[in-house]
Amino acid sequence: MRLPGSDLRVLNLGIAGFADAIASSGGRVTQVDWQPPARGDAKLGRALARLVNHPEVEEANRRAFAAYLAASPVLEGIGTARREIPGMGRRTILHAGPPIEWSRMCGPMRGALVGAILHEGWAGDAAEAEALAARGKVRFEPCHARGAVGPMAGAISPSMPVWIVRDPATGRRSFSNLNEGLGKVLRFGANGPEVLERLAWMREGLRRVLAKAFESSGPIELKPLMAQALHMGDEVHNRNAAATSLLLRRLTPAILAAKVSRAEAARALAFIGGNDHFFLNVSMAACKSMLDAARGVPMSSLVTAMARNGVEFGIQVSGCGELWFTAPSPVVDGLFFPGYSAADAAPDLGDSAITESAGLGGFAMAAAPAIVSFVGGSAADALANTRRMGHIAQGRNPALTLPALDFAGTPAGIDARKVVDTGILPIVNTGIAHRAAGIGQIGAGITAAPLDCFIQAVAALAEALPA
Amino acid sequence: MVSATKIVPNFYRDSVSLMQISARLGTLPGIARASAVMASEANLALLREAGLLAGPIAAGPNDLLIALLGERKEVVEAALGEAEAALSPRVPVSDAGARDIAPRSLEMALEGAPDAGLALVSTPGDYAAAEAMKALRLGLDVMLFSDNVALADEVELKRFAHANGRIVMGPDCGTAILGGIPLGFANAVRRGRIGAIGASGTGLQQVTCLIDAAGEGVSHAIGTGSHDLNAEVGAITMLDALGALARDRATRVIVLISKPPAPEVAARVLARARKAGKPVVAAFLGWEPEERLGANVRIARTLEDAALAAVALAQGKRSRPASAPRLARLPRLTARQRYLRALYSGGTFSYEAALLLGPALDPAPIFSNAPAGRARPLADPWRSEAHSLVDLGDDRFTRGRPHPMIDQRLRNERILREAADPEVAAILLDVVLGHGAHPDPAAEIAPVVAAARARARRARRNLVFVGFVCGTDADPQNRGRQAARLREAGMILAASNAQAVRIAARIAQRAAGRRRAA
Repeated sequence: MRLPGSDLRVLNLGIAGFADAIASSGGRVTQVDWQPPARGDAKLGRALARLVNHPEVEEANRRAFAAYLAASPVLEGIGTARREIPGMGRRTILHAGPPIEWSRMCGPMRGALVGAILHEGWAGDAAEAEALAARGKVRFEPCHARGAVGPMAGAISPSMPVWIVRDPATGRRSFSNLNEGLGKVLRFGANGPEVLERLAWMREGLRRVLAKAFESSGPIELKPLMAQALHMGDEVHNRNAAATSLLLRRLTPAILAAKVSRAEAARALAFIGGNDHFFLNVSMAACKSMLDAARGVPMSSLVTAMARNGVEFGIQVSGCGELWFTAPSPVVDGLFFPGYSAADAAPDLGDSAITESAGLGGFAMAAAPAIVSFVGGSAADALANTRRMGHIAQGRNPALTLPALDFAGTPAGIDARKVVDTGILPIVNTGIAHRAAGIGQIGAGITAAPLDCFIQAVAALAEALPA
Repeated sequence: MVSATKIVPNFYRDSVSLMQISARLGTLPGIARASAVMASEANLALLREAGLLAGPIAAGPNDLLIALLGERKEVVEAALGEAEAALSPRVPVSDAGARDIAPRSLEMALEGAPDAGLALVSTPGDYAAAEAMKALRLGLDVMLFSDNVALADEVELKRFAHANGRIVMGPDCGTAILGGIPLGFANAVRRGRIGAIGASGTGLQQVTCLIDAAGEGVSHAIGTGSHDLNAEVGAITMLDALGALARDRATRVIVLISKPPAPEVAARVLARARKAGKPVVAAFLGWEPEERLGANVRIARTLEDAALAAVALAQGKRSRPASAPRLARLPRLTARQRYLRALYSGGTFSYEAALLLGPALDPAPIFSNAPAGRARPLADPWRSEAHSLVDLGDDRFTRGRPHPMIDQRLRNERILREAADPEVAAILLDVVLGHGAHPDPAAEIAPVVAAARARARRARRNLVFVGFVCGTDADPQNRGRQAARLREAGMILAASNAQAVRIAARIAQRAAGRRRAA
């Protein structure tokens, strides 16, 4: 033991009066605002204690975090899902979140998958499509299982165009579908004629324009673009106005130079320019790329994905590979558009929490005071949110900085141990879907990842720990 | 002139930050020109014009480029290093109104207090071992105030701590003073040259207060928790603490306090004590040494003897046992008044009293809810019989109720009940002060003592109250003020528990018509 001088500094956990006695005697003391971790599950608490500052976990997390930092996703262009996504079957549709069978899916998810079946021409009408799905004639897989991500329902069917993002550091490719805009759209479960018409145009017209444009623009570095967008008021999850503009600035000359008709070019430019969220799917694929780089480091407790399927919220951690740790998806308590309330809301849905997993979205709230009021709160709350997330993060991303916090990097690398130990839950900025298919977005808000996911992850890691 | 460049690939910084970095690099001694830019074609052309860039460079618009021109190679390299440091992530300096939250975990608290050295854990027992393990893993020493921690957990924690050069004080460690900082229930004693290690919190409080009263001071008081000297634990903490105090230059004399250890544990502790290189006083209450003690080790029978021996050793004087208390005049007792009733808030005081009263009251039976020495168990801890010693800190009394050191109500009720018993001659009380204890115990106890005595007088009896105050004048409650209040109420106050017990024993002896020295 080391005997202290009179400069002993104490962390006091429990009876607050002991801290007062230390302070009144001239000692330095920090009172810990302690709650029993893991909702008072003492056994899990012990498992956690074995992992805290464990050299093996620390080293694994350093490696996983370094890999996350080293990734530099590049938007290479656009392609067709079945051709680009490795292992994607002909009769497969990808969906958001952890795996789920048709019978358990929520309304918007079913609506979107029906729309995707119709889009592929596998069924003549919605009823036929539902019957097909119910009979197991279509294979449903999580986007994440195929290196992809999609917002809300996240439906990606074989003929859909997808963004291709590549990380030169690992050579790994990540994918996302294209954003359809707001209103009646597939990702909120709408599958009417206007939705299918738009999807058809995106598959033919938009894809062709973008493919030609990329021939002349060449790949686009995404981290610098996202970094710049953070400095322009985006958190690249719920606000993508700046990033979409930056992308459009890069694409416009290329689209105009591409061998496509003026009308085609004009429609594509108007579509992109008219959708503040056009960049969201690109942002998600970039985040997926950064986090996939951090996957598969044994004993690492860093979160590599958070995703929701509208029934369950699931997370994956680096040390546990493809394993999902799930809990019931929370209903988002946010601000609702006129005429709607929490009673109309579907439980939290979509792969877009990949942005928070990568240190953006809610974690980079300090960059986006403009949307704080939209999700309820003040500009000071935005800063506080980012700071709070810093306490459950492995580190800061120096490539993605926050002017309002004196250019500190965004907190990144969610450590499942820290989430359970502090009870601070990762926040997720999110849109809210109506629970009935096809009505669309009815609000937006901030939600939190369920503690149970992280508790399970900690238990799994502790079990993997050599005795 | 030497030029150098550094490319940070895929790294964005806004132009204002880059200009600031450029300006700062330009003012470094020996640097002629400096520039940090995003490597766009336009910026590269500017650098070439400025003579900062000679040949072609493999940097694109998304890369950050630092270009320097300086007098010598070392200067330029140092400046490049500085530039990289300026680009690395920064912890926010100005909070710009951001509110941060109180730390929720030990690890989080360490972020704000990276030089913390010890975690004081007083959470419910179910969680305490886990928190202690986290603290050890984070490199902290631990004081584990919580009790109800499994012995197996204690052994695991202490072994882990020992292997990593850390210490676990506890579980069930009520008192410690490290470097003058009170931890848990501790008294405001002056700092000095006597170090103490104790398995008992009240034992440490009594010894440190008596050292203070004798004009000496305490370097460190280290608690071990009540199970440390069990055979299973093997005194891991006491041995490590003994080693630390032996090495500590501020400590001249070491006092060890415990109930009798398991024999093999006692042997190990005494072997280490012999090698301490300084005097060691061991108060293993009720323990009779079998082996050779060594020139520097001596045994004290009571807490008071231990304190006085340590003080004498520190001052290089001969140790004198505490002089027997003198009682000028004993009140007249009725023929039926024979019994002593001791109502303790400190378990170790009750234990020490049982050991002292055993021979003093021989052959009269003694009962206790925490029997030691000759005492036999009380059939019902709520009802005294004959001579009784009651430890009101016993689990059976504290379950769902505050400890009697914090809340006097339970003991006050018991005082009145004992006082109504016509066979009771004397009531013995401890009054413990210090951090964590009741803010003004005398204010609660004195009126009850006065009322009990008045009621006895109305029944034509004299009821004697004997007690002692364990505390110092520097304590928040102030020992002098507390003592004055209790004397006013008619209580006979002794300097220590041992003295109070002896006085009480004399009263009981006289009542029994015997004349034998205590």
